[in-house]
Amino acid sequence: MSRIIMVELTDLTVAQIRDGHRNGDFTAVEVAAAFSANVAAASALNAFIVETPEHALAAAERADADRAAGALKPLSGVPIGMKDLFATKGVQTTAASHMLEGFVPQYESTVSQKLWDAGAGMLGKLNLDQFAMGSSNETSYFGNVISPWRRSDGSNAALAPGGSSGGSSSAIAARLCPAATGTDTGGSIRQPAAFTGISGIKPTYGRCSRWGIVAFASSLDQAGPMARDVRDCAIMLEAMAGFDLKDATSLDLPVPQWEAALSSDLVGKRVGIPREYRLDGIDDDIAAMWDAGIAMLKDAGAEVVDISLPHTKYALPAYYIIAPAEASSNLARYDGVRYGLRDLPDGAGLQDMYAATRAAGFGAEVKRRILIGTYVLSAGFYDAYYTQAQKVRALIARDFDAAWANCDLILAPTAPSAAFALGEKMADPLAMYLNDVFAVPASLAGLPAMSVPGALSRDGLPLGLQIIGRAFDEQGVLNAGLAIEERAGFTARAERWW
Amino acid sequence: MTIDQATVRKIASLARIAISDAEAAAMEGELNGILGWVEQLGEVDVTGVEPMTAVIPNALRLRDDMVDADPLTGGGVRDAVLANAPAAQHGFFGVPKVIE
Repeated sequence: MSRIIMVELTDLTVAQIRDGHRNGDFTAVEVAAAFSANVAAASALNAFIVETPEHALAAAERADADRAAGALKPLSGVPIGMKDLFATKGVQTTAASHMLEGFVPQYESTVSQKLWDAGAGMLGKLNLDQFAMGSSNETSYFGNVISPWRRSDGSNAALAPGGSSGGSSSAIAARLCPAATGTDTGGSIRQPAAFTGISGIKPTYGRCSRWGIVAFASSLDQAGPMARDVRDCAIMLEAMAGFDLKDATSLDLPVPQWEAALSSDLVGKRVGIPREYRLDGIDDDIAAMWDAGIAMLKDAGAEVVDISLPHTKYALPAYYIIAPAEASSNLARYDGVRYGLRDLPDGAGLQDMYAATRAAGFGAEVKRRILIGTYVLSAGFYDAYYTQAQKVRALIARDFDAAWANCDLILAPTAPSAAFALGEKMADPLAMYLNDVFAVPASLAGLPAMSVPGALSRDGLPLGLQIIGRAFDEQGVLNAGLAIEERAGFTARAERWW
Repeated sequence: MTIDQATVRKIASLARIAISDAEAAAMEGELNGILGWVEQLGEVDVTGVEPMTAVIPNALRLRDDMVDADPLTGGGVRDAVLANAPAAQHGFFGVPKVIE
């Protein structure tokens, strides 16, 4: 096959690859080779920590054999990227930390196993913010991920791909993989999707098993897919979701056929517009995109209603108590004894070894969050901080429950701005945290939420619209996403410079 | 409520993270900035509100009381458990001497 046709293969969506492979338009091996070549040529983006073309090729060979045998699987022939937060048997899994550098899991995470069982292959392990803590992919021990996008003003400023799933978003936007896994604790699927002009869905908490995902904040962590369009997200989510005995919070529910039920007809649906999300000083481009999104959903038949989520402003501060508290507990496991880094100074005892190991193995943002979490959980402060935050979290969930009396879905921006330049917000942790202001409430309430491309900013950068749904109503969220996708006509892509 | 450098060092000790004086000084400002910001939660009226413990109602399950019900998480996988240990010795995790 000629090089020109191989390059075109990497422009195909998951659905197009699946269907084209089934029809015999190309082989799975050709697809895997084309994407692996793109991965190998894109080291300037630093999207991958480990490249695994042999894994993708082996899956592709099986897919071609399965096709010949008439035994195709849902994702036969589709190579994907795997966020390096998912344990992959025999392949280094680091959570982008020095602490886990060289860690080779002896087991496979449930979500990744489901994807392999569905026929997908792995192109590599995708870079991310260290332990998924960050909104710009600048906290990775393995270096920043660079967005393929650049501002249209001619500046060559390196832009953030969002975080924490920044390797996933950058790789998909740059056509290094057609889809990837992400995880979302407080926006880590949706915000990077918005920054790079792709789609991503965080399902209802418990839809995807957390087993084998490096834990950050267990009551919030939820895996989900990122891809170029809504249909691909539905296909991927079907493969990733499902009950798992090994995760105590896994939902014991059947996995709906989200792709088959996709429909952009929103007649009879009411879409709420939360007035508290219209912040003072909201970016003009964001406000215009939001208004355009409202018009698109009306055009699709939905009724648009004004709603109130009165505790919205408290979501972010509650999140920055709850998530660090859970992180400080979860990350206590990194002790230099059982796996990962060990730093044993000369003559050091066990306690000194713990402290030295954790000082050397964790990056600055991870340490900051562990210290905050340790403080808010410590004797004398637990009730004032942690219990209070969990009560506020209950009120935030209650706000959504009340809103569902008046609407079926909620439309809001995904992030308050387009992608910012690398380095722009690193000096001020609070400024960075504020980037997740629209994403965090749905996380705290465990609700399904997705980002789809809405428009381009005045600088030519993608902006995302967010749809939030009732618990378990991923279908409603996907359908509204599809209605926007069909009307927004978002075809812009990053010009190749890498 | 603000915290001082001694408190930062105490928290770091509780978290088993060694920090230098310079790091403690830098952390003091950053942690106070974050803690000052989250303090706004105190203004929320939470009278009668139970703290959230489960975001999606979900009864916790008990598994059957069976040995090795799941071979992966059951027993007999010592070498896999030790495979990533920084200092495995004689089938155990090695640690520095803890008894004087």
